[in-house]
Amino acid sequence: MKLPALATAALSGLLFGAGLYVSQMVDPYKVLRFLDVTAIPSGGWDPSLAFVIVPAIVVMFIAVRIGRRRSLPLFDAAFHAPEYTRIDAPLVLGSALFGVGWGMSGICPGPAIALIAFLPDNLWIFLVAMFVGSYAGAYVIPSGHDKRLAMAK
Amino acid sequence: MENFSPVSAAIGGTLIGLAAAVLWLGNGRIAGISGIFGQLLPPARTVAWRLAFLVALVLGALLASWLVPGLGVGGSGGAPAQLAVSPAGSSVPPVLWLAIAGLLTGFGTRLGNGCTSGHGVCGLARLSRRSFVAVGIFFVVAIATVTVTGIV
Repeated sequence: MKLPALATAALSGLLFGAGLYVSQMVDPYKVLRFLDVTAIPSGGWDPSLAFVIVPAIVVMFIAVRIGRRRSLPLFDAAFHAPEYTRIDAPLVLGSALFGVGWGMSGICPGPAIALIAFLPDNLWIFLVAMFVGSYAGAYVIPSGHDKRLAMAK
Repeated sequence: MENFSPVSAAIGGTLIGLAAAVLWLGNGRIAGISGIFGQLLPPARTVAWRLAFLVALVLGALLASWLVPGLGVGGSGGAPAQLAVSPAGSSVPPVLWLAIAGLLTGFGTRLGNGCTSGHGVCGLARLSRRSFVAVGIFFVVAIATVTVTGIV
């Protein structure tokens, strides 16, 4: 892999990590207070997460539009857009299981990894479990790109 | 809504959007964290940029906490970072609670091909039908989980 592409990945990671800290999405309780919609009537609800994800989507939406006018990204031979298009069982079941994990912990994969910067107690337990879960999942869904593509395309 | 922080949220969200934009227009890759860390072991072929991204992700959070100290959680001047503790009255020890949550997060994002960043930020921005379904499901299920467990 060439240096410009590696530097681009590192720049993206830096911006992402900074964004997670500044938006306070590295605080599990801030995320949980967004998910706790039962607090809306009492005024204890924290809508901040919506104010994080919407600008992020808008910026990326513009980038996707810019990308459509170019045949190639700057430092790679192709845009690696996901090839899957069908709404299949793994998508639905997987998203539901992730929803349970996210609601139990208040951290999704990005904040979980960014939190290595601040090392809260028991973080390694969550990270190792997430890693094991991810690789276990690779044994459950059809292995191999072609089989997975045949299922979800 | 004493914890509501719309300005820092929007600035942080814009930074996350820029991160996704840089990776897409630079390398043609989706900034989906579960996908990036889920393909580090063999037979993965593109490990170098994934490692560079993930190490920088940690450094980015650390550097930002030095530049803008005391913003919420983490770094000097901020409240110490803490993970969620199992709900009061639950018989599940906090460590086991976190292990189950981690397993479900890793397994679910692998099966569903994405998390809050890959489906939530990049997928919705690409107007992907699969991502709209995934985001709808994991938000509703997460809200239901918080409501049922009473963790907060």
